[in-house]
Amino acid sequence: MDLLRLLSFGPDGWGDELLAGTWLTIRLAIATLPFGLAVGFVVALAKRSENRFAQTFGNIFTTVFRGLPELLTIFIVYFGGQILLQRIAGLLSDGTTAIEVSGFVAGMIALGLVFSAYASEVFLGAFRNITRGQYEAAYALGLRPAATLRLVIIPQLVRLALPGLANLWLILLKDTSLVSVIALDDLLRMTGIAVRVTKEPFFFFGIACLIYLAMSIISSFGIGAIERWSNRGLRKTA
Amino acid sequence: MNWDLLANYGPRMLSGLAVTLQLVVISVAIGALLSVPLALGRMSKRGWIRRFCFGYVYFFRGTPLLAQTFLVYYGAGQFRPELQAIGLWWLFKDAFFCCVLTFSLNTAAYQAEILRGAILAVPRGQSEAAMSLGLSDRQVFRKIVLPQAFLIALRPLGNELILMIKGSSVAAIVTVFDLMGVTRLAYSRSFDFQVYLWAAVLYLAMVEIIRRLWDKIEHRLTRHMRSA
Repeated sequence: MDLLRLLSFGPDGWGDELLAGTWLTIRLAIATLPFGLAVGFVVALAKRSENRFAQTFGNIFTTVFRGLPELLTIFIVYFGGQILLQRIAGLLSDGTTAIEVSGFVAGMIALGLVFSAYASEVFLGAFRNITRGQYEAAYALGLRPAATLRLVIIPQLVRLALPGLANLWLILLKDTSLVSVIALDDLLRMTGIAVRVTKEPFFFFGIACLIYLAMSIISSFGIGAIERWSNRGLRKTA
Repeated sequence: MNWDLLANYGPRMLSGLAVTLQLVVISVAIGALLSVPLALGRMSKRGWIRRFCFGYVYFFRGTPLLAQTFLVYYGAGQFRPELQAIGLWWLFKDAFFCCVLTFSLNTAAYQAEILRGAILAVPRGQSEAAMSLGLSDRQVFRKIVLPQAFLIALRPLGNELILMIKGSSVAAIVTVFDLMGVTRLAYSRSFDFQVYLWAAVLYLAMVEIIRRLWDKIEHRLTRHMRSA
């Protein structure tokens, strides 16, 4: 099989290149996740707060990053970040130093912003599903607000938000493919390089699709396990 | 604001906006047509139909739109002799057509899942009541279940339309001059970051208009369900 040899590891096969690309895709998605979750949680708190300013900020943040195409967000963060850093560097030094924004960091920030805008809505929905009685019971037990949040609210929030967040993770995994346009050597870009050399586009892009599919399937198993764990406190109905 | 730049690229960006809208409207419409048989196939009694439709939906929802677009656009180039033989090459060498094809197949999978969920969400009592009135299976489906399912599906379908507007920007990467494509061109010639912000405003405006419009449509279509 000629095509299978193209997938072999080593100098004349593309297996190792595709694997390296897959690894970068996974690293990018995993690096984005905590950043997106943290920002999303803060934005959700802002939208729930009584402070009008924080509320407005949260709503604008969500509208903008849910409304912009992910690709455009990536370009804006990548090129905009470059200009911004250059200006800052210009203030600090003579302005001749060329600054290059790492594609990985730009991609992580852009995808993280998009993720957090959607995640904040998921958190908001989860907050709404926690009844007043939970807060009142915690208050009656003498828990301080911080302890209430940590011991009573967040454990329930995780369970309620998990299905929505799991969906966002699967979307994030697919959106990482967009960073290939800012010259980051992710799976799709490595595949593109393999195609240019071997002239086998259908085969290689098909393989890339299957690798993305495999990542989704493996994620689904992981998500199932986490969901079972987070539901462990619930009584099962027959 | 750089007015010279706006005079130069403003009209081109508006024509890019028109291309984006064409791309989305055609794809979503074709996808809507495909989604009905797909959704029904997912619930078919025949195992092989069910499995095929499941596989289709799983593939298109589980892989990135950009990868699918590359697969069709660059992949078609590999089958050039075959496509020429059946006289379809002129279609597949056009990036716009390849994008419409990919986007249609992609959104069909998402819309099928929305539709299937909505059909399953119509309470059983509705079809039972219709059957007890003597309606045939086909009538029950067409006159009772489908209209109610459509109302349930309305909001997620609006979200899908918005996702498609955003997703259509990947067409720019395979040389289609949609809003994103024109913006990239303008940036590569002028190196003025503003153009990206203009594009952002245009995209946000499009999404916001659709959101408002959808609220109106939903408000009107559900008027019989509100108490006066």
